[in-house]
Formats: sequence, C-alpha cells, structure tokens
Amino acid sequence: MREIDAKQITETVAQMCKEAAYYLPDDVYNAMKKARETETSPVGQNVLDQIIRNAEIAKAEDRPYCQDTGMTIVFLEVGQDLHITGGLLEDAVNAGISKGYTEGYLRKSVVGEPLFNRVNTKDNTPGVIYTKIVAGDKLKITVAPKGFGSENKSGIKMLVPADGVEGVKKAVMDIILHASMNPCPPMVVGVGIGGTMDRAALLSKLALTRSVDERNPMPEYAKLEGELLELINQTGIGPQLGGNTSALAVNVEWGPTHIAGLPVAVTICCHAMRHKQRVL
Amino acid sequence: MAEQIRIQTPFTEEMSRKLKAGDAVLISGEIIAARDAAHKAMTEALARGEKLPVDWQNQMVYYLGPTPAKPGDPIGSCGPTTSGRMDAYTPTMLEQGIKGMIGKGSRSKEVVESMKKNGVTYFAAVGGAAALIAKSVKKYEVLAYPELGPEAVARLTVEDFPAIVVIDCEGNNLYETNQAKYRTLKGY
Repeated sequence: MREIDAKQITETVAQMCKEAAYYLPDDVYNAMKKARETETSPVGQNVLDQIIRNAEIAKAEDRPYCQDTGMTIVFLEVGQDLHITGGLLEDAVNAGISKGYTEGYLRKSVVGEPLFNRVNTKDNTPGVIYTKIVAGDKLKITVAPKGFGSENKSGIKMLVPADGVEGVKKAVMDIILHASMNPCPPMVVGVGIGGTMDRAALLSKLALTRSVDERNPMPEYAKLEGELLELINQTGIGPQLGGNTSALAVNVEWGPTHIAGLPVAVTICCHAMRHKQRVL
Repeated sequence: MAEQIRIQTPFTEEMSRKLKAGDAVLISGEIIAARDAAHKAMTEALARGEKLPVDWQNQMVYYLGPTPAKPGDPIGSCGPTTSGRMDAYTPTMLEQGIKGMIGKGSRSKEVVESMKKNGVTYFAAVGGAAALIAKSVKKYEVLAYPELGPEAVARLTVEDFPAIVVIDCEGNNLYETNQAKYRTLKGY
C-alpha cells in the first residue's frame, strides 16, 4: 500500500493557500479581458481596468488579490489504497491552512464560534473540509478560499418538480437580483441542482472549481448555463457600478434527487474566483 | 471617465455637500478604517455613555479589514468590504460627526436618511481591487481595539485613493440610476 506523510500534505496545502490568494486563474483573467472588450458602460470599463490591473499586481508581487482571503474550503479525494502516516488527515490539512495563511501574510478571517463569542482563531482554521474516498492510491487536493462578500449573497430554494426549468431560472434570478452589486461582480455563479438541501449546496460549491470556459457535459445543462448567463448580464448590475458584465460564467452541477423534490442552490463568487488543485 | 476631483481630508460637511453621485474622486490625507466588530464595540460603548477611542468629527470611515503587511510595506491588500453590514450601526456613528463613508454595495433607507440629515457622502472603492488600492496607502496605525486583529480601528494615510460617489448628500444613487440604464431584463 502506498504511504504518504502527513507533513507532505501540510506543506502542499500551505503552498496552495498562498498561490490561490495571489494568482487569479488564467481562465478568469482572460474572461475579464474579453469582457473589457464588450463592456459598453464607461464606469464599468473603468472598474474592469482596475480589476485587471489588480490581478497583474497581485501576481507580479505575490500579494493577496483581495484582502478577504476567505474561509478555506478544501476538497479531498483520497484513494482507498493510500495510507496516510504521521498524523490525521484533517489535522494535516488544517496545519497547512495555518502555515499558509501565516507565512503568506493572508488575512485570518475565521471565528471559532459564530453567535455568542465570535473570537478570531488567528490562523484561519478550521477549514471547511470535504473528503471523498475514491479508487486508486493518490490524494487530490483542491483548495478554494471563499470570500464572504459574495458568500453572504448565496442562497437556496427548495423547488418542486412542477416548477421545472422556468422555476429553476426564476430561483437563480431571484438570488442574483437580490445580491445585486453587493457580491463584487463580475460574478461567477455556481448552481447546484438536485440532491438534498445540503447536497445541492455542495454541488453549487463544486461547480465553482470548474473553469469558466468549460460547460456542463450534458447539452441541456450547458444550454441552461448559457441562458442564465445571458439573463444575468441583462440585469444592468455590471461590474459593480452598472453595465453589461454582471457575470463571467454560470457553472451548473446536478445530482440525483427525490421524486418530490427539485432543490436549487446558488453560490455566488466574486471576480476573485480562486482555486488551486494538486495531486499527491 | 470624467475628470477626477481631488479631496484632502479632513472632510467637512461643506466639502461633502458639493459632491454629486457619479463624481470620481482621489482622496489624500487621513481616513479611518473600521468594520463589523469595531462598529459593534463603538455603538455599545456609546450606549453605555462612554467616550469613543477616536474623534470622528469630519472624518471619513473606510470599511476595511486588511491583510497583514509584508515586511517593509505599510499595509497589506486593502480593498473595501460590504458596507451594508454596517447599516445597523451607521446612523449612530454618523451622529458622531463622520462626513464620508468608503465601502462597497448598497445602503439601507435609514442610512440614506441619516446621510441627508448629517450631510454625509458615501463613496465606493472597487471591490476586490485590493492589491491595487494598497498602492495609495502610505501609512497604517492601529488606533483602538488591537485585539480585533484585522478588524481593529486604524488610521490610514492615503495619497490619491480612488473612489466614486455612489450616494450623495441629497440621496441620489449611482447604483440605481446606472443599473436601470443598462438593464434590458424582461420578466424577472
């Protein structure tokens, strides 16, 4: 059985936290450059210029792209033939978050308890960690820090089967229109359809780990992604101060659901669509 | 973009009342950073009849929690946070003499009413342009609540900090007018 030292996981996660915070993925950067060509609002063009310049400075100088370096979401795919030695998997991941956020001068934005005390844990732990056991002997790590300006505008709607495609569109648009200019557009919108309430929410998060250039492999969902993007770009929200570029992409993921249900979850991401993936 | 208006703080009501929604400005001088936890602490202190650790008369508040500074830098990345979360505390804070607010996103009706009454201007900085904005910050000094870490109240010395007036003292709102201008959506 293949073995991997927990320390290696810690080091890798630490490095990924820093890279995610500093380097905007190329697909998002290119989508913003493309949007700059088509944006017709002068103030929207100005905002896009500043955001594009910001990405270039962050990358050139190893600085956080946004001061909200997020709550750290980590997706783990653990091969069932892999043996982790020298510590517990979740401890190793959290140690990596702590190391990366401290060494990388990233903001520590996590409070240990949400309602009564709200005391900052001072190292951005714990992360939100999802672990899936898969075939093989590898460990796939995805680090996706999530800012809360946009997270606070995300939402979920429990539809019924009769609501259909139009119902899904209306549910998504209700959430987008309510979010308006607050989640730092241009947004990237993750939509999870199906499952249970919690599964739909998770699917909407997983949707945001996909490139903005990659459409859902099922044609019906790819078409829905395009239609939703068009609707969102008709809202006038634009790049924060009004315009045509409200969103760069809509990524939809779906899962099996109950005969009585049609859950729809929407995770809104700001233009800081940060994620890093590595296989150990 | 129209010509940018230069503003030197302190920011008086007279200066504030001259600005109109849509004006692009470059702010120089001192501004004060405060966000969620500091707003809660300050309004609770006022409710107890205590004096605030900062004199807010003719000040601009910046809704900000920066990343830590790298060695040799005055500040880390420092873009605006969502202003709406401060709405519950804002009318109380505006009574303390604040004349300018810098953040991002919409404000409540109560905040706009208080802005009109007190002659306060609300500016937006570009959300997420945090590494770029850091270039205009020359100095960062914690003034109060150091235990709050990134949420501490701090004085920023800025040079040509770029912002846009989104809600002026009369309640004109650039977000609303510009969104309506570019909106073609039907049926939702």
